Amino acid sequence: MASRAGQISAALLGLAVAALTLGSAAMTAGHATDWSLGPADGAALRFTLLQAALSAAVSGVLAIPLARALARRRFPGRSLLIRLLAAPFLLPVVVAVLGLLAVFGRAGPVNAALAAAGLPPLSIYGLHGVVIAHVFLNLPLVTRMLLQGWQAIPAERFRLAEALGMPPPSQFRHLEWPMLRSLLPGAFATVFLLCLTSFAVALTLGGGPKASTLELAIYQALRFDFDLGRAALLAAVQFGLCAAVTLATLRLTPGGVFGPGVDRAGGVSSPPGWRHGADALAIGLAVAFLLGPLLAVMLRGLPGLAGLPLTVWPALGRSVALSIASALLASTAALTLALAVTRGQSWLEIAAMLPLSASGLVMGTGLFLAVHPTISPESLALPVTLMVNATMALPYLFRLLLPEARALRADYGRLSESLGLTGVARLRLVTLPRLARPLGFGTGLAAALSMGDLGVIALFAGERTETLPLLVQRLMGAYRMEAAAAAALVLVAASFALFWAFDRWGAARAAT
Amino acid sequence: MLRLDRVEISQGTFRLTADWQVSAGEKVAVIGPSGAGKSTLLMALAGFVPYAGKVLWQGGDLGPMPPGERPLSILFQDQNLFPHLTVAQNLGLGISPRLSLGAEDHARIETTLQRVGLGGMGARKPGQLSGGQIGRAALARALLRARSILLLDEPFAALGPALKAEMLDLVAETAAETGATVLMVTHDPADARRFAGLTVLVEAGIAHAPQPTADLFANPPPALQAYLGQ
Repeated sequence: MASRAGQISAALLGLAVAALTLGSAAMTAGHATDWSLGPADGAALRFTLLQAALSAAVSGVLAIPLARALARRRFPGRSLLIRLLAAPFLLPVVVAVLGLLAVFGRAGPVNAALAAAGLPPLSIYGLHGVVIAHVFLNLPLVTRMLLQGWQAIPAERFRLAEALGMPPPSQFRHLEWPMLRSLLPGAFATVFLLCLTSFAVALTLGGGPKASTLELAIYQALRFDFDLGRAALLAAVQFGLCAAVTLATLRLTPGGVFGPGVDRAGGVSSPPGWRHGADALAIGLAVAFLLGPLLAVMLRGLPGLAGLPLTVWPALGRSVALSIASALLASTAALTLALAVTRGQSWLEIAAMLPLSASGLVMGTGLFLAVHPTISPESLALPVTLMVNATMALPYLFRLLLPEARALRADYGRLSESLGLTGVARLRLVTLPRLARPLGFGTGLAAALSMGDLGVIALFAGERTETLPLLVQRLMGAYRMEAAAAAALVLVAASFALFWAFDRWGAARAAT
Repeated sequence: MLRLDRVEISQGTFRLTADWQVSAGEKVAVIGPSGAGKSTLLMALAGFVPYAGKVLWQGGDLGPMPPGERPLSILFQDQNLFPHLTVAQNLGLGISPRLSLGAEDHARIETTLQRVGLGGMGARKPGQLSGGQIGRAALARALLRARSILLLDEPFAALGPALKAEMLDLVAETAAETGATVLMVTHDPADARRFAGLTVLVEAGIAHAPQPTADLFANPPPALQAYLGQ
């Protein structure tokens, strides 16, 4: 039986999350002085929708052949490659952008090849660049979603199709296409939502009247024009947009996107001939596209490691402290809410998922508007970033923990209660050991996400509260590319180290 | 004495009533067709399923008590041990739910383990035990808890006949030692005959008053005849 204090504290936590999410949206709406969008704002809204739609569509189209090739081929390094597909989710966006600049930039190998072929150069800035970056960051996610779909098709169906002599196109039509038709809308909506709220990509590769997103426009209105009314209006529009897309995404996305089982032997057949070559090409191109930029950052950054700017170390310290604190806060909150939902406080499920509808920048704008008249935003940069990062990571952790918490209650709830195991003793002896693995993984994920965050900190930070991603972005802005790449390497190493440390802690503490 | 005073369990369209009593120290089998509500009856006694009416032990109402504070131990169909704790820790929970155990407690745990034939296995995890050993460990914990009532919800259903008979003998010994009142759900008339002096037949929404097991099976009512396939 849940204690009354536990129920009340979970309810207060749910209310705090809802207040932070909805309160910041209300704060922006309350500060909007004029409810009509100007021409530039309309253009930002159109560009936001266009880049998100294009990014989602291209990610989906490219993920189909890649996931299919991975589903039907077995080769050395396959499972490593599938595991690496999770890496871009942990990769700080600013590092990905730096890598893409090295590969697709004016002096990069892609434009060199285009010039050698007598073709016009490709610009990495503007719509092209934003879409390329979003595809780089989201193609692995969609591929994993579709790969799980392929592996969920029972092997017997493929055997039956082969026994009936169905050629590959018929197998695709009757077995694979129905699966894709059910998964692709959810995958599209998920990527669309992620691209709507992707501030760092727009900040580094977008800009100007033709390639400004709503979030970038909010940032510019707050940091440069100091037009609070306009920033508030844009943030309110962005919140409405995200809330609508979140609802659509939750309806369209089947559960278990991040679940295990992506390396299970599937039943899809491996046709020989030209299809073998096509699969190899799809995998080869994807590996080059996904690993090339990371390799470029390494090659560019390694020589600069010895001469790193001294500002890197305090920024690193701030980032690490911030990400550990926000990850611990997020995981504590997610665990509290997940346990409360399993005890019957089901409304808390909605509270835990609410932050999906507000981007970090919108939340930051709301808080900026709330504190601005009385307190200097810079003095609150780190606490606000901590709180917003924890809140933004909450839905992911919650979705990871909820099914595990439900299973734990179903399997051992009555046994615990019959033995009088309640409160702290139950948390220590049953809940934490049984949930250590997803808790460690989720906390690592939250730490890595916070480590790479370049959203709300950009709104609040001054020189003395600079985090490492912000420093990398500022070095890029000053065209100190080698120093930026070296600092980016430090950032990547710290992100992955934090993820690894928490994940290992969870695995080591996990109950057998 | 365990008294079920006009107990009524309602879950959706399912309804089960019971109004009877058994003396302290009795061993009672609970038998009936699948879905009749045998396990539900035990879960209600244990405090996991709400009911109307009263369950009284030695005159005291168990209704307001949370499951852990009721004067009973229960063995479920499965999941009787926490797989991440050692066998000794699982037993230790029977002494202290916080696992704050002293040297004397550890000695009691080892003695009890030896008593059920698991001597020297305290450091093992449940995953390293056989099905029969897991049953013994769960029984050992019930012995340590020394509660007045022992509820068995088919914990030995997955064991072979010889091992199950051995476990039932162990339960009978345990009950005799602690003076516990035992209610045991079973599908197998042989278990009831071997173990229980009284049997409760659960069918058609009623948990009938306990009857002497030998009499009940010698002259089974129509519902029991149908269940036994006679």
